[in-house]
Amino acid sequence: MSPSVRLQEMIRVIRGARTQGEERGVIQRECAAIRAQFRQADNGTRSHNLAKLLYVHMLGYPAHFGQMECVRLIASPRYNEKRVGYLGAMMLLDEKQDASLLITNSIKNDLSHSSQYVQSLALCTLACMGSAEMCRDLAPEIDRLLRASNSYIKKKAALCAVHMVRKVPELGELFTPAARSLLSEKNHGVLHGAVVLITELCERNPDTLEQFRKAVPELVLMMKGLVMSGYSPEHNVAGISDPFLQVRILRLLRILGRNNDTASDAMNDLLAQVATNTDSSKTAGSAVLYETVLTVMDIKSESGLRVLAVNILGRFLLNNDRNIRYISMTSLQKIVQTDHNAVQRHRGTIVDCLKDQDASVKRRALELSLALVSAVNIRSLMKELLLFLSSCPPELRAHTTSGIFNAAERYAPSQRWHIDTILHVLTTAGGDVRDETVPNLIQLITTATELHCYTVHKLYRALITDISVQSLVQVACWCIGEYGDLLLRGECEETEPVQVTEDDVLDALETVLQSHMSSPATRGFALTATMKLSTRITHNVDRIRSIVSIYGSCIDVELQQRAVEYNALFKKYDHMSQSYMHIVVSEEGPKNGQTPATLVMDCSLCYRTSSGTGAPSLGTRLLNSFYSQAIRLLNT
Amino acid sequence: MMHFLLLFSRQGKLRLQKWFTPVPEREKKKIVRDMTTMVLGRKPRSCNFLHWKDLKIVYKKYASLYFCCGLDAEENELLALEVLHRYVELLDKYFGNVCELDIIFNFEKAYFILDEFLLGGEVQETSKQVLSRSIEASDMLQEAEIDNSDYDLELGWP
Repeated sequence: MSPSVRLQEMIRVIRGARTQGEERGVIQRECAAIRAQFRQADNGTRSHNLAKLLYVHMLGYPAHFGQMECVRLIASPRYNEKRVGYLGAMMLLDEKQDASLLITNSIKNDLSHSSQYVQSLALCTLACMGSAEMCRDLAPEIDRLLRASNSYIKKKAALCAVHMVRKVPELGELFTPAARSLLSEKNHGVLHGAVVLITELCERNPDTLEQFRKAVPELVLMMKGLVMSGYSPEHNVAGISDPFLQVRILRLLRILGRNNDTASDAMNDLLAQVATNTDSSKTAGSAVLYETVLTVMDIKSESGLRVLAVNILGRFLLNNDRNIRYISMTSLQKIVQTDHNAVQRHRGTIVDCLKDQDASVKRRALELSLALVSAVNIRSLMKELLLFLSSCPPELRAHTTSGIFNAAERYAPSQRWHIDTILHVLTTAGGDVRDETVPNLIQLITTATELHCYTVHKLYRALITDISVQSLVQVACWCIGEYGDLLLRGECEETEPVQVTEDDVLDALETVLQSHMSSPATRGFALTATMKLSTRITHNVDRIRSIVSIYGSCIDVELQQRAVEYNALFKKYDHMSQSYMHIVVSEEGPKNGQTPATLVMDCSLCYRTSSGTGAPSLGTRLLNSFYSQAIRLLNT
Repeated sequence: MMHFLLLFSRQGKLRLQKWFTPVPEREKKKIVRDMTTMVLGRKPRSCNFLHWKDLKIVYKKYASLYFCCGLDAEENELLALEVLHRYVELLDKYFGNVCELDIIFNFEKAYFILDEFLLGGEVQETSKQVLSRSIEASDMLQEAEIDNSDYDLELGWP
């Protein structure tokens, strides 16, 4: 058998391996040696063999054969063997393994060991991996230690009790009396453990919570002591005396003051004091202030205190430290509904954070900005949001566009502003908008009757500039098909009119039809629009007929079907009189300016769009009325 | 409470893993993979807080090591940064200008120190002096045992 090497030697050898294969070889050899050693009687090398195994385990190799060795070492009378044994148990065993039951007895014995360091090992392991059964078994032991031991053990016993209560909530009753008396200890470690334990007990049991409300004055005094005390070298962190304990006390006060006026009153002054006196130039102070703010906002505090808390968050927004800006925004997000006006005061700073480098900060700023939109600030805030959209990270674009659309829908000051905003979004980020955007925008444009001329001009200009954004192109095609006559008229009140001929317009539509960038749905829109123009123009109907008939033999089945049907309509159109085309039944009624022919084509389009997305919609219902009528007409 | 604490290098090699809740071995490996990917993928001047499932993740880089912990949603992230910092201070005091190699070759010591500082996912002692004293005392107890034994010192603990 090869002689064992020291732990550090083995680590050196493993790290010296040049390839994964070489490493595996070394480890296999070592593990074989370790296994052999485990099988032997006690030869004084057990603990460092287990340590070697634990190292190997951390590299990701299997180490389950060491579990029983952990059990054996824990039972050893030697401290260094126990130490490694307990470490091994925490790393290799968990409550689901059978071997963990075997250490219950050792733990029980070690909890009463004469050396506090052995007791400490047992407590640590129990708190780390104690199963519900072990907890039930050993709870009385822990209770005993909570009452009668030195502070080194008491603080550990308190946290062990916390673990037990988490595992077996009914044990809370057992620990409540001891927890109460721990509050009068002076040792910070014990106090910290006591506060954590009481927090856990109160969170789980409303009766216990009621009981501990009586301790609020005591906690307030404790906190005051910490805040007002002079420099204490033992507990000082960047000018704050024991920030860990301060934060835990604040959290406990939060739970006790929630929904209770008396308790909240009792802590009001203290919270104001902490909020005003804590130096937040370093993280420790900011952590305490942060917890204070959370507590103020959660209990029944006076309005003055609430305003103070929101102002602290506002100050945090201006902090150089990115972490502090981030948590400030998450906190503001939580209270933006309840304390809307207070948060509005900091809107400027929040909007500035949209320009932050950090993606998490940007995301938070976006959420907050969207929550702050109101009828009063919609114009200025939307400018910022649109600016943000033009440079925002790709993973935020979809969320930003839908947020902008929602805000615009709720607070648009005018229809023209609304249309302009949506068009701006489509131009900037049309690829990241939801599917409903296109029909929604069409609906909006239709209802804005005075703006048809303006809208078709804007969309025409957008179309001839760029046909890559499908959503924009689809709306533009629809608009041209619907209001092309307004375009050709060459006059417009709201904007600079274009001077185009019918050929120019048809050119634009044909470009869309032929472009490889256009999706099949977009081509459908373009074809329908071309068709609809046949009723609005006078000179180029033949050109339209020829375009449509070309697509009668298009490879795309959708397009082909549509083209064939339109062709059929063309043939019959000349013979149809207005009376035959008079279609009345409709859920919405024929829209302004629509001829019966174009209405039928629109329904056809609606039907195809809705069936494509699989959602039964208005289109289907309209179709049931109109398509059958159209078929009837074609057959006359 | 803290659910786990991980230390890993810039190359994603795990140097320490402490789990405060029972997690199956496979799940542990997955979490470690997720954490290293997420944290190592962060840009240099990002904030130190992340969200992962229902946990808050707080991480900080010290020299060549990333300290990464997973916390309950109601925990104070800024305080967690202080907790990580305190642990680094303890390691630094113990090893004297600690570096990654110290933690690699003396990993069990790093665990012992951690077990004096955190218990069941919570801070157990807030005074640096008290902590250093108890760590020293435990070490001395160990040394005393070894001195009194018949062990061949070459095979015993350093």
